[in-house]
Formats: sequence, structure tokens, C-alpha cells
Amino acid sequence: MGDPRISIRRLEHWFGAGEHRAPALAGIDLDVAEHEFLCLLGPSGCGKSTLLNIVAGFLRPTAGEVLVDGRPVSEPGADRGVVFQEYVLFPWLTVAGNVEFGPRLAGVPATERRQTVARCLDLVGLGAHAAKFPLQLSGGMKQRAAIARALANNPAIILMDEPFGALDAQTREVLQDELSRIQRLEHKTILFVTHSIREAVYLADRVVVMTSAPGRIKQVFEITLVGPRDRFAPEFTRYESEITRVVKEEVAKVHE
Amino acid sequence: MRWGLARAAVLGGVLAAWAVVTYGNRALEIMNPVVLPTPGDVLAVAVEAVRDGSLPRHLATSMLRIVAGFGLAALAALGLGLLAGLCAPLRLALEPVIEFVRPIPPLAFLPMFLVWLGLGEASKVAFIGYTTFFPMFVAIAASVLRVDVMLLRAAASLGASRAALLRHVVLPAALPGIIVGLRLGFGLALFVIVGAEFMGADAGLGHLIMEGRTFFVPAQIVMGALLLGLLGSLVNALLLAAERRLLRGQAAA
Repeated sequence: MGDPRISIRRLEHWFGAGEHRAPALAGIDLDVAEHEFLCLLGPSGCGKSTLLNIVAGFLRPTAGEVLVDGRPVSEPGADRGVVFQEYVLFPWLTVAGNVEFGPRLAGVPATERRQTVARCLDLVGLGAHAAKFPLQLSGGMKQRAAIARALANNPAIILMDEPFGALDAQTREVLQDELSRIQRLEHKTILFVTHSIREAVYLADRVVVMTSAPGRIKQVFEITLVGPRDRFAPEFTRYESEITRVVKEEVAKVHE
Repeated sequence: MRWGLARAAVLGGVLAAWAVVTYGNRALEIMNPVVLPTPGDVLAVAVEAVRDGSLPRHLATSMLRIVAGFGLAALAALGLGLLAGLCAPLRLALEPVIEFVRPIPPLAFLPMFLVWLGLGEASKVAFIGYTTFFPMFVAIAASVLRVDVMLLRAAASLGASRAALLRHVVLPAALPGIIVGLRLGFGLALFVIVGAEFMGADAGLGHLIMEGRTFFVPAQIVMGALLLGLLGSLVNALLLAAERRLLRGQAAA
């Protein structure tokens, strides 16, 4: 499989200072292979979003390092696209303007940019809404636009922080279908944070379950289901119940 | 637009009330009619002032002072406001000075400007600049400070450099606040130009109003005041239209 695309080495992170210092991540070692779809799963407050923010370059870890293609991460960069739970579209730009943002910064010529925008919007099913402003879109459409914006930059890695967490159940499943379809076409390396076990089993090649704070890796599950997955297949539910059992142990610790 | 009719009716009502009181006073001779000018009196004074060229001259003089003073202050406030909004040490260093100077009524310093710069244009322009700078600076720095860090993160992960962040994220995101600051500044410029022109000026709308007092023509005072109101609403409407155009698609600030 070759060298890992993302390599997380002895990563530790502490929040606060002095006596209020609290550990968020305690020694994470994790490799993400090229084209792999990896889900980070865990109780809230387990540091999974913190881990993602460190990989994105938004946070500097207290100790340890993150390597992308062998080079240490020190700041955000176009090689790592990010999709946020709250969409974070630029409200002053149209959908097309948002999707065009990365390529425009990179100095891609206008005609090529237009093609990229059209292709990415078609990929997420927003072709008819290019001229709309974010304020005119529903939550699901905003997240489609945000995914198109990340794809337009053609990053090798996409980091997704509970991207469907703010959507209603139906929209959520539709977007899971779309993302799984897009991944079969685009073959990105995806690090995906979620607290939905179902979502993780549906999307991931590997599911990493984290412990409650401070976050460590508790258990890793390989999901060997191939092709488009069936949420009602017996194998699917078996994964689901197995992972649920492991996650529940951690959730219970939080409430002790 | 639903309220257009009601608004026009209220405006018309106020004008009608003015007419009823002043023409009624003239008919019943309760007060000396000169001190309660009718709409007709004011219009007559205005027509005369346009005919002899004094009104256009006063108006142009005031406008030039406002545009120069407000324009310079707006540029300075924009530059320093962006800098202060982005750079916390600078902001913290400036804060005590700004917070001390800001509550001083600007007119308190007007005599100082006359002492330093004389009675010419420079003192008026500098005074308007001084007056309008602080509120604009504070509004602009605050709007830069309020820019959502998530927008910066989103742009940075799309490959934006520091310069690109400033130009493509901070500026557009802070624009609603910047425009509010500019509107505030212009309103204030109109507010203090009159005071500046009361003291040692030979032209301008403030001078025109003071002349109305000196030569006892209350209609001229009312005309000057109404003109300032008209000017203020006109420029405010222009800035609002610019705001709507620039911020199309976004929620109103």
C-alpha cells in the first residue's frame, strides 16, 4: 500500500494553562493510507475534532507531530481540504464564487476555473444553484456547496469535521450516499469525524474508536464491506452492534 | 414599500403642521411673523440665495470641507482600523488613548484647531477629520475583530496566504461594519461642520445660518438647517444603496 498519506506520531494535546491545564489527546499514533476513508468515532469531548484541527494545521499539538507525505504539518494548506459542520461558506460570494475560491487563489485561468466549478457543482448536484448566495440555501445544499468547494481545489486529503451533524436524518443519509459515490469517483484520502456509528460503518474503510477524554485510540475496526453499502444488510448491523458495544463503554465512563 | 404611503403621509403631515402653525400665526398675529417663518418664506429666501449664487457657493464650500476632512479620516481609520483589528498588541496599546479622547466632545477642541491652523480651510478640514476619525476607527477595528475565525480557517485550508486572507476574507467579511462606520462618520461630519463654520468662517452652510442670525433673517436659519437635513438623508440613502449593492445576498448588517 506504500507510505501512509497522513502519519500521526505520539500526538499529545493539552488545553488551558497552569492548574486548569487538561489533556485532550494523550498519545495518538495513527497512519492513514492513500485513498483511505477513515472515520474517527468517540464520545463527545474525546478530542476527535481536536485531532482533526491539528491535522488541518489550525492547532499546534503540545507534543508529537503530524506528517503529510512525510512532511510535518505546521499550518493549514491547500493540500488538506476541510469541510466543517457549520459549512462556513463565504456569505458574500455566490455558490460558484465559493467553489471558485481555491482555484482563483491558485491562479488557475478563468476558463479552466469555470470548468472546474461546473464539474464540482454537478458532482454534488448543485449545478442549478451556482448563482445563489449561501443565505438562499438549505443546510443540506450549503454542505453540498462546501464539499464542492473543497473538491474544486483538488486536494489529496479531505478532512471532515462532523459534516452532516447539523442536518436532519433524511438529508443526512442522502448526503452520506452522495459522499460515498463521490469517493468512489475521486479516491481522496478522507479523515472523517463523527459520533454516528451508523454513519461511520456506512462510509469508512476503517473506524477508529477513541476513548473518552483524554483521547486515546481504543480500538480500530476494518470495515470489509465492498461497494455501495446496504444499511439493512446483516453484516452491516453486525459491525454496528459490535462498534456500539465498544463506544458505549466509553460513554459510560463519561457519566461515572 | 408597503409603508411608503404611511411614511409619505407622516412627512406630509409634519409639513402641513408647520404650515398651519406659521400661516395661522401670521393671520392671528400672535407672535411677530418674522420669527416664525412660513414654508413660503423659507422657499423665497432659498430662491433668492440660488439666484444671487450665494447658496451654491456656501453649499460647495461646506461639501468640499466635509469631503476632504471625512475622506482623509476615512482612509486613516480604514488603514489603522484594519491594523488594530488584526494586531492585538497595537489594539491594546491604542485603547487607553482612544477611550480617553473619544468621550471629549469634539467641539471642545475646535478653538485649538483655529489657534493652530487659522481661519482658513485647513482648520475646518482638520477638525472634521479629527471628529470623524475616532468613531470610524473604533467601528472598523471592531468589525475586523468580529470576523469569524472559521472563515479564516476555511480560506487558509483553501490555500490563502496572509495577504490573501486580508484581501479576500477580512475585508469582505468586515465590509458591513466598515460601511456602518462610514455612515456614522459622515453623519458626524455634517454635525460638526456647522459648529466649525459658526466660528470664523466666511462661507459654508454654518456661516449662512449664522448670517441669518446676524442680519435677523430666521427664514435663512431654517433654510440652512433644512438643507443640512436634506444633504444628510441624501448621502445616507446613497451609502445605504451602496451597501445593498455590495452586500447583495447577505443579511443586512
